[in-house]
Amino acid sequence: MCGIAGLIHRGNTSNVGFELQGMLQALKHRGEDSTGYALYGKTDGQNFIMRFKVGENVGEGSTSVMEDVSVYDERKKIVDGYLSDLGAKIIKEERILPYSLRYEIEYDKDLMEFSQKIESVPGVEILSMGKSLEVIKDLGNAEAVCKRYNLDKLVGTHAIGHARMATESGVDIKSAHPFWGYPFSDVSVVHNGQLTNYWNNRRVLENKGMRFMSECDSELIAVYLAEKMRNGATLEEGMKESLTGLDGVFTYFVATKDSLGMAKDTMAAKPLVLYESDNLVAMGSEEIAIRSVLPQEIETYDPFDGEVKVWQI
Amino acid sequence: MANLKTSEKKTKAQSMGLHSEVLTGKTQQKFFNPDEAENFYYFGTYDVDFNKRTEIDVKNMECREANKKIDELMKDGYGTIVIKNPQGKHSLGVGILNKLNLIFEGSLGYFGCGSMDGPIVRINGRVGWSCAENMMAGKVVIEKNAGSCFGAAIRGGDLICKGSVGARTGIDQKGGTIIIGGDAGAFTGFMMQRGRIIILGDVGINLGDSMYDGTIFVGGKIGSFGSDAVEAELTDSDQDWLKRKLKVAEIGENFDVSKMTKVVAGKKLWNYDALEPTEKKGAI
Repeated sequence: MCGIAGLIHRGNTSNVGFELQGMLQALKHRGEDSTGYALYGKTDGQNFIMRFKVGENVGEGSTSVMEDVSVYDERKKIVDGYLSDLGAKIIKEERILPYSLRYEIEYDKDLMEFSQKIESVPGVEILSMGKSLEVIKDLGNAEAVCKRYNLDKLVGTHAIGHARMATESGVDIKSAHPFWGYPFSDVSVVHNGQLTNYWNNRRVLENKGMRFMSECDSELIAVYLAEKMRNGATLEEGMKESLTGLDGVFTYFVATKDSLGMAKDTMAAKPLVLYESDNLVAMGSEEIAIRSVLPQEIETYDPFDGEVKVWQI
Repeated sequence: MANLKTSEKKTKAQSMGLHSEVLTGKTQQKFFNPDEAENFYYFGTYDVDFNKRTEIDVKNMECREANKKIDELMKDGYGTIVIKNPQGKHSLGVGILNKLNLIFEGSLGYFGCGSMDGPIVRINGRVGWSCAENMMAGKVVIEKNAGSCFGAAIRGGDLICKGSVGARTGIDQKGGTIIIGGDAGAFTGFMMQRGRIIILGDVGINLGDSMYDGTIFVGGKIGSFGSDAVEAELTDSDQDWLKRKLKVAEIGENFDVSKMTKVVAGKKLWNYDALEPTEKKGAI
């Protein structure tokens, strides 16, 4: 069992970091092994924001192996060198935690080549790459992660998040959601459920050059959609195809720079409650998530089986 | 050992296609014997006065605390209890084995009003998954929409949703009536064993999948029939019953019940016990 939540402000911005924190914290009973945020903030549209990690969080019930902290510095140095080789210019650099970094980068070439080069450094993973998107994920519940990364002040238009109970892969950051839709800028995915044709799909996608960083079945959705879009499908088309292309039970959210979508499997086996108005859409695994941002009585409903919806900001 | 014989008595319910299986062996119905009444002790039942009314605000209460408070109020004789600010909390109003007027001024989360026996509940909001699961008797009316597994495994009573419901409504239903004013999702009536489901709107795919018995009435379009679910003739008795039931439920006024589709079990999946030795033989 995991919990997912998302919201999109249509036509304005809000304190989405704080709002999503409240929604995910309301779902913490669905899992607090790790919590992840995909926040779409304001951007000048020029520079990429790269969130990446050079190591794992080895505390709080982590299944990762303890490393000497000095390797983080070595990995960072190699990444900095590769960025220079790729022609990417670091505009701003923040080291939030020893293993977690945020760079603002000036770069205008192919993102796949970029990502492959950076992630060729052992232990390095790009959590997100985008001009609006920032993926922050770590071990612990929503409140703990929000506090650790100072997310409650982040202003933006939309956000999706995930409270994870690890079942089939490790308690670590690489298996935590959201997953970046590599190699697409500003695409992220969160998922609640279980995919039963994960390995078959993974083999096919890997043969097509797509990359997997974890063994978490949910990562498949991000890669699956990214591959569809790489071949010219729109986000909505890719999501509709996923209803038959992915086997198992799932409800997932996907977000891009200017949109937010949801898809529910054909058996409607995973929960989702949805609130829609002209200026706000909020959704989550349980109504209490929505109530954390809208405490008053509201009209909500459960989308039906096989439903796909996409909203624009 | 008692001499158990096949029950052959036909009731009106059986003539309507309900309870159509032949009861044999240990599955024979056993009726309540009033002579044994004093031997029964019903936990958690109190004498309440419906005219004695009170309100509680559960905004800052955990569900256990709220449910305990309801129990205490019943113990004090309150027969009408209004719950303010439920705010989508889970498991509110569960395990009430008493006559009671219970009113929720707002929405409930998962498992609301589960395992209850007797109360009349009105929810002025929506409900999440598994509302009224395992209800034995009573009536629950929901003014807005409901989530999936609505009325899972209910044994009796009336469960009414004026809006639309999610998937697997009436899954494993063993009695009682579920009435939906709007649409219902996939797998409605999945593995239902008895009771009735009425849907005034459309219903999703796999309606009545693997249903063992019971009856489903649909007013709108049907996505598809599930395994062993078949259409049956809508009789005059059915129509009379539907009209009466909808009137009592205060839903679907002037709804034309004559155009409803009646769905029952095809009974081809029934004899799985008899097939088992063959399957075993095949496996060996």
